[in-house]
Amino acid sequence: MDADGSVSDESGRRRRVHGMLKLYYGLNEEGKTPEQPQSLDPCDINGPHFDPELYLNKLRRECSLSELMDHETCMVKQIRSLDSDMQTLVYENYNKFISATDTIRKMKNDFKKMEDEMDCLSANMAAITDFSASISGTLQDQHAQITKLSGVHTLLRKLQFLFELPARLNKCLELQAYAQAVSSHRRARCVLQQYSHLPSFKGIQDDCNTIMEKLAQELRQKFRDGGTSAKDLSECVELLLQLDEPAEELCDKFLSHAGSRLELDLQGLEAEIKPYPPTPALKDAATRRSSSSTAVGSPSDNNSPKTISLPSPTPNTDILEFIDRGCNEFVSSLCLVITSYQELFINHAQTGELASKNIPQMANGKLQAFVDDLAARYFLLVERRIQEEKGVGDNSLLVRALDRFHRRLQAVAKLLPGSAVPTRGTEIVVRAATERVKQYLSALQSFYMDSLTDVRQALATPRLSVAGGGTHLGGPAAGRDAPSSLPELLSSLSASILNQIKSVLASVHLFTAKDITFSNKPYFKGEFCSQGVRENLVVNFIRFVCQSSRQFCESAGDKGGSTPPALLLLLSRLCLDFETSTISYILTLTDEQFLVQHQNPITPVTTLCGEAREAAQKLLNHYVKVQGLIISQMLRKSVETRDWVNTIEPRNVRAVMKRVVEDTTSIDVQVGLLYEEGVRKAHSSDSSKRTFSVYSSSRQQPRYAASYTPSAPMDTNLLSNIHKLFSERIDIFSSVEFNKVSVMTGIIKISLKTFLECVRLRTFGRYGLQQIQVDCHYLQMYLWRFVSDENLVHFLLDEIVGSSAHRCLDPSPMEQSVIEVICERG
Amino acid sequence: MEDDAPVIYGLEFQARALTAQTAETDAIRFLVGTQSLKFDNQIHIIDFDDENNIINKNVLLHQAGEIWHIAASPADKAVLSTCYNKTSDSRVVSCAAVWRMPSDWDSGNHESPDDSAHNPQTLELLCHLDDSAHRNAACVLWEPMGDGKRVISLADNHALLWDLQESSTQATVSSTATLEGKGQLKFTSGKWSPHHNCSQLATANDTTIRGWDLRTMSQIYCIENAHGQLVRDLDFNPNRQYYLASCGDDCKVKFWDVRNVQEPVKTLEEHSHWVWSVRYNHSHDQLVLTASSDSRLILSNMVSISSEPFGHLVDDEELSEGEDNHQEDKSKEPLKDSVVSTYEEHEDSVYAAEWSSADPWLFASLSYDGRLVINRVPRALKYRILL
Repeated sequence: MDADGSVSDESGRRRRVHGMLKLYYGLNEEGKTPEQPQSLDPCDINGPHFDPELYLNKLRRECSLSELMDHETCMVKQIRSLDSDMQTLVYENYNKFISATDTIRKMKNDFKKMEDEMDCLSANMAAITDFSASISGTLQDQHAQITKLSGVHTLLRKLQFLFELPARLNKCLELQAYAQAVSSHRRARCVLQQYSHLPSFKGIQDDCNTIMEKLAQELRQKFRDGGTSAKDLSECVELLLQLDEPAEELCDKFLSHAGSRLELDLQGLEAEIKPYPPTPALKDAATRRSSSSTAVGSPSDNNSPKTISLPSPTPNTDILEFIDRGCNEFVSSLCLVITSYQELFINHAQTGELASKNIPQMANGKLQAFVDDLAARYFLLVERRIQEEKGVGDNSLLVRALDRFHRRLQAVAKLLPGSAVPTRGTEIVVRAATERVKQYLSALQSFYMDSLTDVRQALATPRLSVAGGGTHLGGPAAGRDAPSSLPELLSSLSASILNQIKSVLASVHLFTAKDITFSNKPYFKGEFCSQGVRENLVVNFIRFVCQSSRQFCESAGDKGGSTPPALLLLLSRLCLDFETSTISYILTLTDEQFLVQHQNPITPVTTLCGEAREAAQKLLNHYVKVQGLIISQMLRKSVETRDWVNTIEPRNVRAVMKRVVEDTTSIDVQVGLLYEEGVRKAHSSDSSKRTFSVYSSSRQQPRYAASYTPSAPMDTNLLSNIHKLFSERIDIFSSVEFNKVSVMTGIIKISLKTFLECVRLRTFGRYGLQQIQVDCHYLQMYLWRFVSDENLVHFLLDEIVGSSAHRCLDPSPMEQSVIEVICERG
Repeated sequence: MEDDAPVIYGLEFQARALTAQTAETDAIRFLVGTQSLKFDNQIHIIDFDDENNIINKNVLLHQAGEIWHIAASPADKAVLSTCYNKTSDSRVVSCAAVWRMPSDWDSGNHESPDDSAHNPQTLELLCHLDDSAHRNAACVLWEPMGDGKRVISLADNHALLWDLQESSTQATVSSTATLEGKGQLKFTSGKWSPHHNCSQLATANDTTIRGWDLRTMSQIYCIENAHGQLVRDLDFNPNRQYYLASCGDDCKVKFWDVRNVQEPVKTLEEHSHWVWSVRYNHSHDQLVLTASSDSRLILSNMVSISSEPFGHLVDDEELSEGEDNHQEDKSKEPLKDSVVSTYEEHEDSVYAAEWSSADPWLFASLSYDGRLVINRVPRALKYRILL
């Protein structure tokens, strides 16, 4: 209760009154614990611990006079209202008490009346019981008689049925209502069997048996004819089973019957494959194909070399049609046979009385064998057909065909849960897929070889035009144009390889597409991706590229450059590009497309890159060797064929030296197209020509001088040996780095070393030596710019001049200035 | 097992010609012919004292001209043949001749080694191996293990078989074989096979190797394109009659079975420049020595194509030692072909290498700058072969 609570409305008031009552009786509203913990404050006027004294003191202390006054009036008002509440409550309680007393008195009167009525009811019930007992006693005899009569009646009806049975069966037979006949006979059969010792029943039984025999004959005939629909057939079988026909025989008959129909389907399928492979028709087709491909294929080859244009050997129907036919005819009728068979012999038998005879097991076994046999033959046909699918043009057709094939087999799987058919079907799909991957690999390989041939031709044609057009003015220009196509060739080659790989991957990817049923088989998820595609297709192809490149080095090595050097260079660059980017790109692409799970050991990218790099290195080394050899041969011939003793005084640089420089320059251009410049040791700031002249005048002259003096033959060796002590050993046919300078250095090293060795085998006259001097100076003027370390050229040329001086009968070297003049004159 | 350091000997002149003194089986002795256009050429007789690791040299004068090829008689220690260039009237002529060393070439040597250079003795000419029709001899081959009466000289495109008579002072051509073909064919090198009763000869011209039957002087086999470039040298396996080694300008050493010349049995590609010489060890034919103008000498162990592919076969001496060694041998893993060692003592092109005729574990090599290096087979390998 609020201290200032002036609640006026009635309902609020009543509730408050009830609340107080409850409080008084110790009840909480709805039995809950009071929401507010009871205040312990002694100044809470509504609290249980209220202390008036304290409260008064508090008020007195805290409030002003006017407030106290207000408080007092409020208090008085509340006290008054509390009083009136109290009065109302007392009044209400009194009223209720009075009405309760009235009710109790009334109930007492009612109970007394009810007791009397109950006594009367029990007396009546006893009388009724007596009556009913007497009635049943009188009716007993008649009831027994009625029961007996009705029994006789049914017996008579049954007998009548029996006597009428033969006639009825005959009628049924006439009307071909076999089902009715069989059910009638079944009903009578036991009785007849039981009473067969009585002659009359015996007669009926015999009659019935003969009729039923006839009926069975007829049914069998119908069954054997097989022209009837499946439903008729199944009804037929059902009836025969009910007639105790041996189930095994029926199964066999049923299956052989179905088998013959399936056989027809199979023969139809076989007819589609059979006539083509070995007969002349194929040859005919082949020639037709080849003629058409020469007529039509060649322009398309030129226009779009990026597609594999292998014509697929198409028998009249394509594989999808074939599989479709197989599915629709063979597989669907097989399914039908299975369902009806199961319906007849297995499901039926399991419910009926036949179950006891182990029929389901037997029937199931027979069915399995039957299906396996037929499916095997079907698979054989399908596989033969798939094997004919050699072309790699359109993979989607094959995939769709395989998908359909596989999907339809699932139906069989559902019908025959334990059957090996679906797994064997999957095996076929797997085999077809791996076979397909193999075909793609070989297609890729042949594509690669074809593109190499194209490149070879492209390299050869401009060269021919240069050779042919050498006489007219356009010659050198054409010569410069020809090698400029090298980078283009390289990029087009690598692009077409990449495209080809991508398209093949796309085709193969169809095998794992989501909507293909067999793509979620574990094989296609795992092994096909990692082993089939990644290892067998992609990795093998990359290996093939490296390997075939290496073969160029080996086969051409002995026979003397059957491969054009430019091709070697191009392949080397290709392999190097493979190493740096292409391989990892392709493999990443593959891994992404096929989500390869690396469960099996797979070839890591680094191994492949290593192989590619090795191939690139080998090719480049071979290139250097071949080019070096070409220049070497020129130099060797020029040294070997000349009579150096009796030669005339040099007036010119020999033409062969100019040729060497020209060739070296063109090689330099060629290599520069594909390889970066590379690092060379810093040149001396001034032109090397001067360096050389200083070099030769300051170092060579004393050497010659020394060798002339007969007194000190040792000095020559000493000087040259000291020189050699401080120069590094030169490996002539060594590995080169992947840059232009290194390649050129390798070629020049080989050429000059050959020059040196040839010079050492000859004897020179005075002018012979001078000619060599001129030649070497000329070479020095032009070759230094190609190599990484010009000192190398210095050293080798120095050796050549030194050796020829040793081999000279009359060593009187030419003046350096004269040499320079001759060389500058050209 | 430290290997002995190589012994180096320097000649004053440039040199290409080196041979072991074939008839000498006690002392380790090599003959070197020099090349000089201005001075009298010399033949250095190099004696190697194995125990003290000392070289003794004797010099004989070869005044006829610079020596391109030298070969020692297998029967007479004192007899040798040279191919040399003679210059006269600004013309260079290649000749071949048989010489005899003076009998007392080493008599004064021990007393005054310093004098030997001052007063060298001269070779005694026995006979010329030239006639007017055949000049430009490339090399002279003695009949292996013969009596020193028969020599073959290869001159231009002819192979001449000479009979030496009257103590080798007279030489007559007994038969000739001529290389027919287009262009200027020229024999570059050859080898007389020690097998088949010394009735076969192998020659090299350009990239081709040919075999000849000396009885009929007709060709018996021909390896076209044996090497990518010029074939520089040949050698017969001393123990396997059909096996032949060749080397050439393609930096390769190839081993052939002359019964099947389509493909080499084995190819070595260890040198980085032309290979000028290949030599089988005389007794252990798995050891092959190659010399190259990359200034290197390489000793290879070609077990797989040797006469002892499964290691050492027991011979009479060892049988007495009992079966233990034998069984150990068998348990050893099969040996593999390998490069035994690369010798880098030379500073210039090495044109010749020879095994000693006296010590099978010792060999000499000669580089153009006149440096002769004597080396031994590494001891580890030696014992592995022997034991």
